[in-house]
Amino acid sequence: MLPRQKIAMLIICIFIFIFVLDLVRRRKLREEYSWLWLLTSISLFILVLKYNWLLAITKAIGAVLPTTALFIGALIFLMILSVQFSVRISRLTDQVKNLVQENALLREKIDQTNNSTGCQKS
Amino acid sequence: MEKKHIDKKLAILPVYNEQDKITEVIAEIKSVDTTIDIVVIDDGSTDRTACNAKLAGARVLRHTSNMGYGVALQTGYKYAFQNGYDLLVQLDGDGQHDPAYIPELLELIISEGADMALGSRFLKEVSPASPFLRKYKASTTRILGIKMFAFIATALIGLRITDPTSGYQAFNRRLINFFTRDIFPYDFPDADVIVLAHRAGFKIKELPMVMYERDEGVSMHSGLKPLYYVFKMFLSIFMTIVRKKPIPLY
Repeated sequence: MLPRQKIAMLIICIFIFIFVLDLVRRRKLREEYSWLWLLTSISLFILVLKYNWLLAITKAIGAVLPTTALFIGALIFLMILSVQFSVRISRLTDQVKNLVQENALLREKIDQTNNSTGCQKS
Repeated sequence: MEKKHIDKKLAILPVYNEQDKITEVIAEIKSVDTTIDIVVIDDGSTDRTACNAKLAGARVLRHTSNMGYGVALQTGYKYAFQNGYDLLVQLDGDGQHDPAYIPELLELIISEGADMALGSRFLKEVSPASPFLRKYKASTTRILGIKMFAFIATALIGLRITDPTSGYQAFNRRLINFFTRDIFPYDFPDADVIVLAHRAGFKIKELPMVMYERDEGVSMHSGLKPLYYVFKMFLSIFMTIVRKKPIPLY
């Protein structure tokens, strides 16, 4: 890897790392979703510094070029991220369902208390 | 003579945009059983369904948005449990289910000790006249689907189930409580609910009845949904089997 490529990659990694931390600081991103991004930026940072490790990984997975290994890594990262989102969405769906049900039950109680239908015959 | 204990009964109708049918269905239920309370769960309708139901004398639980049939059902279960009902019968608000069967369905629970009573289209052939309904006639694919899940449910629970997709059901209070929990599969609840209830030790019985086809409106099994339904049902049944046996808390 050329020194210029190395520096560019390191800057990108540091940028992602700081950007994610800043999102957490500004409460735009919750801690529970930040770990995967931080872990990825740190992993990339290490692989750029320890290029031999990337070559070793490339050899281990049977890839020809280190870039292929990086692409596979990126794909795995995106897949894990998607699964994490799906898990979270499933939880949110349950929570929304319970809230809508609770809201419906409470609204009915209020209607009964007020003794009004709020409807006129058409 | 000691006064016979009278169970608190509730009929729940999950509906979505059924303003034309709902009044008639509520009136029919009232004519069949004057002691039963009726709750309509309006799943985010954009028409006068909720108002018509209220004016017809039912209580209405309104979802702020369209959450789906299973969620609407569970809202009804939660209402029933919170308000101390002993028996619950669920039927569709679009007129597919004839309220005349309510007493027989509840009788399976009261006298025959079932926890769950299911209305079955395939146990008996009868054809009563009805002014606005046609007798239930499903497509061959749908019938095949129903038969397949009936076979699976029967094989898994060791009890003959002929119509696992029937939404015309009745439960006792223990089962009502069981289904208020997050274990209820609210995404197209069908055969998986039966397998789940059986695994939890509830007694299930079927009652032969005639059901009718919708003559208007959109079925919840339209478009590509049947494909997803089959996938979901297989996965859900499989998961129900591999998970730890659920324990009724009530």
